[in-house]
Amino acid sequence: MEKRKRHQTEEKIIEIGLILVSTISILTTIGIVITLFYESYEFFMEVSMIEFFTTLRWAPVFDPPSFGVLPLLSGTLLIAVLSSFISLPLGLGSAIYLSEFASKKMRQLIKPLLELLAGIPSIVYGFFALTFITPLIRQILPDTSVYNALSASIAVGIMTLPMVASLSEDAMMAVPDSIRQGAYALGSTRLEVALHVIVPAAFSGIAASFMLAISRAIGETMIVAIAAGQTPTFTLNPLESIQTMTGFMVNMALGDIQQGSIEFKTVFVVGALLFLVTLALNFIAKFVIQKNREVY
Amino acid sequence: MTNKIKVEHLDFYYGNFQALKDINMDIHQNKITALIGPSGCGKSTFIKTMNRMFDLIDGTKATGSISFDGTELLDKNLDVVQLRKRIGMVFQKPNPFPKSIEENVLYGVKRHGDVPKSEWDELVKTSLKKASLWTEVEHKLNQSAFSLSGGQQQRLCIARALATKPEVLLMDEPTSALDPIATAKIEELLEELKKEYTVIIVTHSMQQAARISDYTGFFLNGELIEFGLTKTVFSNPTDKRTEDYITGRFG
Amino acid sequence: MGKTSKRRRLAQRLFLNKFFEYLFLAAILLSISVLLILVGDVLRKGLGSLDWSFITSMPSSRPERAGILPALLGTLWVIGLTALISIPVGVGTAIYLEEYANKRSWFFRIMNINIGNLAGVPSIVYGILGLTVFVQLLKIGPTILAGALTLSLLILPVIIVSSVEAIKAVPSSVKEGSYALGVSRWRTITGVILPMALPGILTGSILALSRAMGEAAPLIMVGAVGFVTFLPDGILDRYTLLPMLIYNWTSRPQDAFAQIAAAGIIVMMILLLITNITAILLRRKTQNRVE
Repeated sequence: MEKRKRHQTEEKIIEIGLILVSTISILTTIGIVITLFYESYEFFMEVSMIEFFTTLRWAPVFDPPSFGVLPLLSGTLLIAVLSSFISLPLGLGSAIYLSEFASKKMRQLIKPLLELLAGIPSIVYGFFALTFITPLIRQILPDTSVYNALSASIAVGIMTLPMVASLSEDAMMAVPDSIRQGAYALGSTRLEVALHVIVPAAFSGIAASFMLAISRAIGETMIVAIAAGQTPTFTLNPLESIQTMTGFMVNMALGDIQQGSIEFKTVFVVGALLFLVTLALNFIAKFVIQKNREVY
Repeated sequence: MTNKIKVEHLDFYYGNFQALKDINMDIHQNKITALIGPSGCGKSTFIKTMNRMFDLIDGTKATGSISFDGTELLDKNLDVVQLRKRIGMVFQKPNPFPKSIEENVLYGVKRHGDVPKSEWDELVKTSLKKASLWTEVEHKLNQSAFSLSGGQQQRLCIARALATKPEVLLMDEPTSALDPIATAKIEELLEELKKEYTVIIVTHSMQQAARISDYTGFFLNGELIEFGLTKTVFSNPTDKRTEDYITGRFG
Repeated sequence: MGKTSKRRRLAQRLFLNKFFEYLFLAAILLSISVLLILVGDVLRKGLGSLDWSFITSMPSSRPERAGILPALLGTLWVIGLTALISIPVGVGTAIYLEEYANKRSWFFRIMNINIGNLAGVPSIVYGILGLTVFVQLLKIGPTILAGALTLSLLILPVIIVSSVEAIKAVPSSVKEGSYALGVSRWRTITGVILPMALPGILTGSILALSRAMGEAAPLIMVGAVGFVTFLPDGILDRYTLLPMLIYNWTSRPQDAFAQIAAAGIIVMMILLLITNITAILLRRKTQNRVE
């Protein structure tokens, strides 16, 4: 009897311990939200929302400072859009090839290589962008500045491509083979099966992979910090030096700023904005998947 | 009576495993040919050689001859896209595309592009009528095919196959996933279909073969044991193994 | 419609099919050739500077004398500590979710949504959290410990998800067999479930740690520096890491620094290759056993 009781207490203690450990991931989220929004609240006590969201000059450490976030947003948007010109078509093309055209052997050969591409740290892509892609661009377009959005976007696009490829391929592989056979039995070519049956059937998964890749591009930091420049410019010209939200945060963290100062708070308010944008994209991706889930 | 398809000395391999051994068979036009036999006997493999579905599986090989109106189907250079338009197929489980009912029927003609757009509505109607599904779906053609019951989905797959105007219809146990009522509907339908099409149906049910077919072939371990008029095969089989199977001694 | 136009249409469809097959293949080959170009470029720029003294020397403002020793040790310290923190927490959470939590409870649902969302949060945001909570609030300062704690939170979702998958893959017959012998829940977990799930858990954890090894952004936020000339000696020391040092060198305009940055990248990629190969070998081991 004694022994059983001791056992039960032991089991109970372990369970409680595990619950406590599990809450760490929830505390992380709560911590992020409180940290970002508390400092942002303080920031907006000093700077008006109207200035923040509508004016075109971002110069928080200048005298007099100005806090128009649009240049950072446009810089981020530029990177997100340009990089998706690379990651989405190439990623989807790769996925279609792997799932609908490639033989099993081919697939086994290619997939690890794509995984390798996905495993390269962003700092390496940043180095590659600055020391390889940028000189290449400047050979073709000599007026391009050393730091420019295009070079960083290409690197970000290459980095997010494997994610699009692998998530889209998963979605296409999940379409039951019986549907594929039905289409072949009606006399479809492989391309027609892929484009008219498989891609539409896997659409939600593919769309979600696009969304996640864009979200990753928006949150990408080191590539843009190295190759895109540190000049907040409200422009859509990819050959100019720009600054993204993440690039700004890194720049500020490297400098020497006083805790509690208004400059310090800008890091949090920009972080909060970044957090909200990526969170929204992730939520949309999840929503798309759940909404369109076909029951085969 | 004409031979639509003539199979001679057909051997078929999955890798090193020989799944069909020296099959010879004449498929008659506008008749229903039923293929029976225990599972794994090669009957499904056999009909998949006729529209070359085995091309999709790595490591398969077919030798011998299958002549379809004079065209050699096992010819490596044969265009399977064209072939599968002429020889349609219905599968064991209903496999509609995740599209609307109408889109499912039109899938083939949209790909082949041989029917002008102005005739599409009519084609949808006639195909669904031939599959005796029209009255059940005429007011919801734009709904997802997944909204239909299993039996309706299978008739939709038949309509989808008919819409490309095939000459031959291959059916791989088309009623095995359906309830008795849905099965009866499809059997009725087959009676109508044979007026226009040549039908080859694989079935696991001997009663079904006896009810609906004109000719029956009995497969065992990759060999065609017996082939002939259904009446003869069921009432007066020549091979002892056929008799054992149809009297239920094994299978 | 005439026979010739029909034939033409068919020829066109077959042509398109081939054309796109090659186009899609080209997409893959392009991605893979980028991989080769990138590796080739880094090797070409960096191999010249890579020798034993590069690995065993201190950083220097003169590129020809600079080495990576503090960064290499810093990386090993931080990643080692991150493993010690994140794996127990991640596996503990996975055990709770798979073996204890009621799958219909609100806690389980919130945990799942939460883990999914955390995985999508940009790494630099974790840096802000680390800065506020570990560096400032808990007064740990810009130390190895603060960096490791921050990276632990960053990779926690990945470890949880892969551990959950590994635990799920243990056949329920094995668990039931153990319970049927009257073995308690925790003893079943430590005696049967964890040993069987271990290779899967380790594979996921190693991959997560290798991701952490290449991170620079969150560490910049928590005060890792790009340039130190002393070796780390304890978890409350200041530190630099390979990605930080590479970043520092890459941002300098002189070519000589680009070359030693490339040499640093080679060292980091070798470390990553070792960890990844370990993970792949472990994964192969699990696959063999299941089959």
